Amino acid sequence: MNAAALAQEELLNSIPFCRWMGIRVLQDDDGVILELPFAQKLIGNPLLPALHGGVIGALLETAALAQVVHELACAELPKPVDMAIDYLRSGRALASYARARIVKRGRRTVNVHAQMWQEDEARPIAALRGHVLLQR
Amino acid sequence: MVGVTPWFAAIGGEVVMARDGQAKARISWREDLIGDPKTGVIHGGVITSLLDQLCGAAVMSALNQPLPIATLDLRIDYLKPAAKGMAIVGEAECLKVTHEIAFVRGSAHNEADQEVIALCTAAFMLTRPEARTA
Repeated sequence: MNAAALAQEELLNSIPFCRWMGIRVLQDDDGVILELPFAQKLIGNPLLPALHGGVIGALLETAALAQVVHELACAELPKPVDMAIDYLRSGRALASYARARIVKRGRRTVNVHAQMWQEDEARPIAALRGHVLLQR
Repeated sequence: MVGVTPWFAAIGGEVVMARDGQAKARISWREDLIGDPKTGVIHGGVITSLLDQLCGAAVMSALNQPLPIATLDLRIDYLKPAAKGMAIVGEAECLKVTHEIAFVRGSAHNEADQEVIALCTAAFMLTRPEARTA
């Protein structure tokens, strides 16, 4: 793992909820990816079965915050201001992945987008658009 | 049914009321839900989970017959961090049900002081049994 991935792994390991969900850090040529291995507790609809919308939101929001912390070398976790989540496809009982990118860095706020997929990054299951407030 | 999804139960949430398009839910503060270890504030994903569950419960309770529903989108404003150690309560209201879509508005508060933590608007897809043609 490179320094970026290691730093994000250390950050996520320090957050109890991320540890409890089982979020892991991976990397590829395009940067850092968060992985959420499938677990029964992540289910929202047992009939399909499908991941809970809150699980999808939680992974996307974590990816967005971690990307901002890493890219801007924040000493403190930024505060989420607002998040809009689009649910594109049903989240199946499979491992999920998320990647975030900063769209615009302002002096106090950052606009960040994130995408989540399962088997194919070109077929996202959800997308997030949000603003976070930098802490100083 | 919406009140007992495995995920919502796993994070310690419960839907306490869902009737006529109105729903209320509650989640206790717990250490493994913390999103910021320095402050003890609960992770935004827990609030998202509460609001998604709650909005879904409000939609289900507004329907004349049980139908499969799926979140189409959810937009959340985080007004204030959740207070450390305090339970969070939420309420949601289904504003409109059309043939395909339901529109919902919700909010989450600190249980102890009723301060608003987050507001949300959401849309859900409804899957009605298809009219079959012979």
